[in-house]
Amino acid sequence: MSTRALLFAPASAARGSVIELRATIAHPMETGYRRSSEGEMQPRDLVRRIEARFEGERFFSAELHAAIAANPFLSFSLKLPGSGELSVRWLGDRGFAHEERVRITAT
Amino acid sequence: MTAALQLGRSRTGAAVLSALAMTWLLQGCTPTAAGAEAAAPARLSGYHFMSRSTQALQDDDSQNPAFLWVEDGRKRFEAQCAGCHSAEGGRDKLRDVATRYPAFDTATGKPISLAGRIEQCQSQRVTSAASGISKEMGKEMGKEKDKDKDSLLALESFLAHAARGLLIAEPADPRLAPFIKQGQQWWQQRLGQIDLSCADCHDRLAGQRLAGSTIPQAHPTGYPVYRLEWQGLGSLQRRIRGCLMGVRAEPFADGADEWVLLELALKARAAGMTVDAPAVRP
Repeated sequence: MSTRALLFAPASAARGSVIELRATIAHPMETGYRRSSEGEMQPRDLVRRIEARFEGERFFSAELHAAIAANPFLSFSLKLPGSGELSVRWLGDRGFAHEERVRITAT
Repeated sequence: MTAALQLGRSRTGAAVLSALAMTWLLQGCTPTAAGAEAAAPARLSGYHFMSRSTQALQDDDSQNPAFLWVEDGRKRFEAQCAGCHSAEGGRDKLRDVATRYPAFDTATGKPISLAGRIEQCQSQRVTSAASGISKEMGKEMGKEKDKDKDSLLALESFLAHAARGLLIAEPADPRLAPFIKQGQQWWQQRLGQIDLSCADCHDRLAGQRLAGSTIPQAHPTGYPVYRLEWQGLGSLQRRIRGCLMGVRAEPFADGADEWVLLELALKARAAGMTVDAPAVRP
């Protein structure tokens, strides 16, 4: 099944204003410290990093660790330089990668 | 001896509970002086029994993690169901469908849950041009091993979300009446080693504490719910299964009629309440 993710950003905002962005991704965030019901170690499967870019320029990134619950939610801000495309990328264990894009129009 | 009586006695110092685990489970079940049965309290969604922070999570669609499933369900619905159905209005509107289930299924002569109906529709009725996709989905569903199938939960949560703000319908079909009665009997049936019925906690002791948690009135207004404890979305059936294991009863078999009977009785009990799906619960 394809990865599910939610990216909330205003469709338009005033140039130079600070906007709030919200990103959620469906991910088990398996710590690597747990055993399955059969007693086998469950391999670590985490989202390790999230990066947000506006028009290709990175303005926010974060490292995620084992203590973060499944389906991690992050909220961060951007001072809108002008109209453009916001992209958010999640990177994780086992080659996990997912990207969401949304266009924001400056007024 | 009933569990509630045991605790009542231990409170007066007349008896000591033998099982520690039982003490834990029953801590919340202390009858108060006010008497929980005195007057029928207002019916309240589980929303009213949870913390402000969990309420905030449910209130804001951009924070509510259940929307991962709702949005997935929207895509699936558009790809697989929209050929015949519409979630807003039109020739076969499904906006209020979540308020009307479980409904009577003429083919089997039994009530069927919304999830059951979606599965039935996927496997039997889809013959349109879009059926290729649906067959794919059927295969995908078949592969999912969990009792709660994620793809099914997605469609169910999309339909439940479409019904948000509507009222849970009174089961109108007279053929459902005997099944509602059976469901109500299960609701009153004491079960498990701990020997508690659903009604013992959720009718008589709702609003009081079970260890660290408040006992809700068990009105299924927001299912499927995102439960923080599950770190995922789950069905009403999964919730009931958790309760059955909590009283140390053996859960009903997969696909057993009892699940739908209980769900039907719960929906009849909550008729007229507002749907607040997709809900977040602790």
